[in-house]
Amino acid sequence: MYSRVEELNSRRIPLAKMQAVIIGLRCLFVPHESHIRRQAMCLQSDLTLHIIWHSHCRVWRDKNDFLHIMNNTSKLEASNLQQLLTALQRSGYTTVGPILRDDAIVYDKLDSVNDLPVGWSDEQSPANYRLTKQSGASYFNFNAAPQSWKRFLYPPVRKLFTIRKDGKSLGISNENTDDMKYAFVGVRPCELSAILIQDEVFQAGKYRDDAYSAARRNLFIVAVNCTTAGGTCFCSSMKTGPEAKNNFDISLTEVLRDGRHFFIVKAGTELGASVMDLVETSAASPQEVATADAIMRQTESRITKKMETDGLPALLAENLEHPHWDDVAKRCLTCGNCTMVCPTCFCSTVEDTTDLSGQNAERFRRWDSCFTVDFSKVAGGNFRMSTKSRYRQWLTHKLSSWVDQFGVSGCVGCGRCITWCPVGIDLTAEVQAIRGTETQQRKGD
Amino acid sequence: MTEFAPQTEELLHGYMIPSLATVRRIVWETDDTFTLLLDTTQMNDSPYSFMPGQFNMIYAFGTGESAVSISSDPAKPGLLGHTIHRVGSVTSSLSRLKRGSLVGLRGPFGSAWPLEEAVGKDICIAAGGIGLAPLRPIIYSLVRKRELYGRIVILYGARSPLDLLYRVELEQWNKLPNTEVIVTVDRGDSTWKGHIGVVTNLFSYIKLDSESTIAMVCGPEVMMKYTVEELQRRGLSQERIFVSMERNMKCGIGLCGHCQFGPKFICKDGPVFRLNEVYQLTEKKEL
Repeated sequence: MYSRVEELNSRRIPLAKMQAVIIGLRCLFVPHESHIRRQAMCLQSDLTLHIIWHSHCRVWRDKNDFLHIMNNTSKLEASNLQQLLTALQRSGYTTVGPILRDDAIVYDKLDSVNDLPVGWSDEQSPANYRLTKQSGASYFNFNAAPQSWKRFLYPPVRKLFTIRKDGKSLGISNENTDDMKYAFVGVRPCELSAILIQDEVFQAGKYRDDAYSAARRNLFIVAVNCTTAGGTCFCSSMKTGPEAKNNFDISLTEVLRDGRHFFIVKAGTELGASVMDLVETSAASPQEVATADAIMRQTESRITKKMETDGLPALLAENLEHPHWDDVAKRCLTCGNCTMVCPTCFCSTVEDTTDLSGQNAERFRRWDSCFTVDFSKVAGGNFRMSTKSRYRQWLTHKLSSWVDQFGVSGCVGCGRCITWCPVGIDLTAEVQAIRGTETQQRKGD
Repeated sequence: MTEFAPQTEELLHGYMIPSLATVRRIVWETDDTFTLLLDTTQMNDSPYSFMPGQFNMIYAFGTGESAVSISSDPAKPGLLGHTIHRVGSVTSSLSRLKRGSLVGLRGPFGSAWPLEEAVGKDICIAAGGIGLAPLRPIIYSLVRKRELYGRIVILYGARSPLDLLYRVELEQWNKLPNTEVIVTVDRGDSTWKGHIGVVTNLFSYIKLDSESTIAMVCGPEVMMKYTVEELQRRGLSQERIFVSMERNMKCGIGLCGHCQFGPKFICKDGPVFRLNEVYQLTEKKEL
């Protein structure tokens, strides 16, 4: 495999063989030097190559028909992690990431690596979240915390406009769109999928959320692969984790073993590669890469929660009258916690205020939840009065009608709704209950 | 003196910032229902135009915003009518506005009645209560080019004679060739000599050619449910029946999530649906 790259460097290769090499690269293990651009002349100018991203290298053709092969895997010593934050800050980014607050890990401004929850992990199960102290000084050995990144791209409260009354005239001034340049440090693979899902919601349709797009355009994503599996995680069922394959600028896999502490770093974009150029890294040995891969496999094997997704959208759409909805309704408190912690839930309401003079008014957009009574209220009545109808709306939207609306499931398997449900309702169990009895009914037919 | 928001391309894509329209007049149709007539010619994204069946989000200063169907003639978009039932704080604020006041206006949003598909067909319009308001624009369009369409039947039910909207126009439409307007009320009064009962009763007075008729229905959900059942019983396929639906709406553009009806967003996929798109959903309670 190695020789093929050498071959590309040294010789002119006919088109057919070139394509074969490119295809071969998908399983190629590239040499260890990081950020070395190798070039090979493309013999045929009409050879159209798209950038091929591989977990260890990427290949693209430039405008001069040079073929570039770039190793994008390197090793960052844990003691140099601060350099990455500094590089991002110097590049104009506001770095946000996990910090400890209120007995939980939350996302907030990150000034230095000392703000990270060093040595902390968490224990999660339905209706239970506890921090646990660990012996090692790991930076990212925990799972999805109550907050998700949506609070930065789609803030809980956003002022839409200010309006002033002056005699009969009204003057509207809209709020400037937030042009924050965020670097998210520590985006879990499931959360990365959630960001892509919200991209569909807010940016793909006829009407777009301009503030979201502005924040998203400027966003730098440092993904962190999961080295531990939480008790409510089911990302492997939703095919979103525990390893991020693409759509990040940089991904990190933390390795803390045998007294060594480092990150395997992959650059996912040119921007990511350029930031990594500012950070002291070294070549990752095949053993080190293999150790990181083994940790990934171990994490995956430790994910015990599963959700069978085959035919799930149709299953739920066909079972809107299933008796199990009444069963969930007996437990659900309609508190809306699940919608607040969900990284993809996007419902909002608007709120109007005036000052005491009555001359100045403001309009805000706030997160809303389909579990509130007012959510579906109209002048003539309320479409969803019962708990059953509101829980059903949430779950069927998330797992079924979301697919009709946006082409993807609205669930990424982060497990937050299970952990943060005060009565521990577990959507994977509810789905299984419906699936189980549905199958029985079919068998009985 | 009005400072308008700078209309950069970015903001136009936002759709959450209203334009300002001027109140021309408020016409009280009944004790609690009024038509707000807005002058759109001075709006900063003028000229304004809309299709029959679409709605606007109307903002009352400091109070809030309501989704309101347009009830006026699409051929005269400069003077925009919204027939509003005064029930909550926003509609009460709007009802108190005077000539020359400004309101915020976003729109038009949503789908339209099938005007082109109706050419050459018989038309059956069934309305309950304020459901006549979103149907009035299509009636204007139909009668403006009356010769393009077959027989037009308008069935309309209201709670009482005093709750009937657009009485003068109902009588005018009834006088048009090959056009019939039949009205019923739930409760009559001493002056009422017309029909008493629900809208569906009126079907016994008309003949529908199920092969050439297009039906358009708007009213309370229970009225629509029985009306579309009656239409289907009379042989109309679901593809020939159109309904306009209502849900809570905060944005009008499919982003706030409030108006979801199964996989549909009433605001952007509707409010006007061909019945076969939503029929199965209408059979589910509290969806």
